[in-house]
Amino acid sequence: MYIIIVGGGRLGYYLSKGLLSEGHEVLVIEKDSLKVERMEEELGSICMEGDGCEASTLDEAGTERASLFVAVTNEDEDNLVACQVARHMFNVPRVIARISNPKNETLFRALGIDVTVSATNLILEHIGQEVPTRPLVHLVELKENKQEIVEVRIGSSSPSIGRQIKDLSLPTGTILSLVIRGQAIKALTADSYIEAGDRIVAVTNADAEQILLAELAG
Amino acid sequence: MAKKNKVVIMGCGRVGAHLAGLLDSQGHQVTVLDVNSTSFRRLPPTFSGNALLGDGTDEDSLRKAGIEVADAFIAVTEGDNRNVMGAQVAKHTFKVPRVICRIYDPLRQELYRNLGLEALSPTTTFAELLRDTLLGKEK
Repeated sequence: MYIIIVGGGRLGYYLSKGLLSEGHEVLVIEKDSLKVERMEEELGSICMEGDGCEASTLDEAGTERASLFVAVTNEDEDNLVACQVARHMFNVPRVIARISNPKNETLFRALGIDVTVSATNLILEHIGQEVPTRPLVHLVELKENKQEIVEVRIGSSSPSIGRQIKDLSLPTGTILSLVIRGQAIKALTADSYIEAGDRIVAVTNADAEQILLAELAG
Repeated sequence: MAKKNKVVIMGCGRVGAHLAGLLDSQGHQVTVLDVNSTSFRRLPPTFSGNALLGDGTDEDSLRKAGIEVADAFIAVTEGDNRNVMGAQVAKHTFKVPRVICRIYDPLRQELYRNLGLEALSPTTTFAELLRDTLLGKEK
């Protein structure tokens, strides 16, 4: 697969290294000649010096035959424009943008960027999972249909303790799928009871998660 | 623009500041956004609008600037990509009725025109002006 990466910083470097080792054809477009030099010393001649937002550069890079286009510079606006140029002028089927400001995620997706990766959000989510007092943790976002998989932790005074799943009033579009109880993992049915200390894995959506949280953990 | 409009200008460089002064003197309600407060020194002493420190690609800053009730948004920072992004936020997120942005790179200007942005390129416009001036004088 021919993959174009815009931005030869640390992220661009490790990304291209990984993709090269998987046997892909990789081209990195980077403005800074020093970074280009450093990268080529290590990875061979896979770089092109230039501005990845410029149509002429992308034309020279043969962007038309690229299957994947990834923009990972430090600047959100540069990543947005590079991806839009690749998509609309060169018809690249899949474009991915790195985002530094999590607020830009919705905008980028509305503007036709297939996938956005926000390092800030990823770090926040990972830290969130490690904070034991947080009752609701996002495990996976299913971006296509706004659904998400979350974990709800049942504290010692949660209102749902001792109740059966079928007696809970869960928001629509929410399914409690399994429970982590100590070392054991069990599938949940309508007849299952909720116990203090349970970690319940549920499929829900962003609009319903607070109702779910209130019903389960209080 | 016969009526009095609410206009948000992103970027208080020479062009942004001059435009702000022009619109302000005609009675329009102008808010200028810039990430650098020293840029506001370029505004004319008579300027009676708002000068707000903030990033025109950031939704919260734009809200503070009154983007939700604005009639027009104009992006004239030094960076083409910043202008493009600010303009797209104004157009797609806030549905501002009139959005204009400056794009130096003619190729990018063409692309974003095709995508429905009102994009002006000083590069092509000024080159044409120079040509007309030159040829006009020759004749």
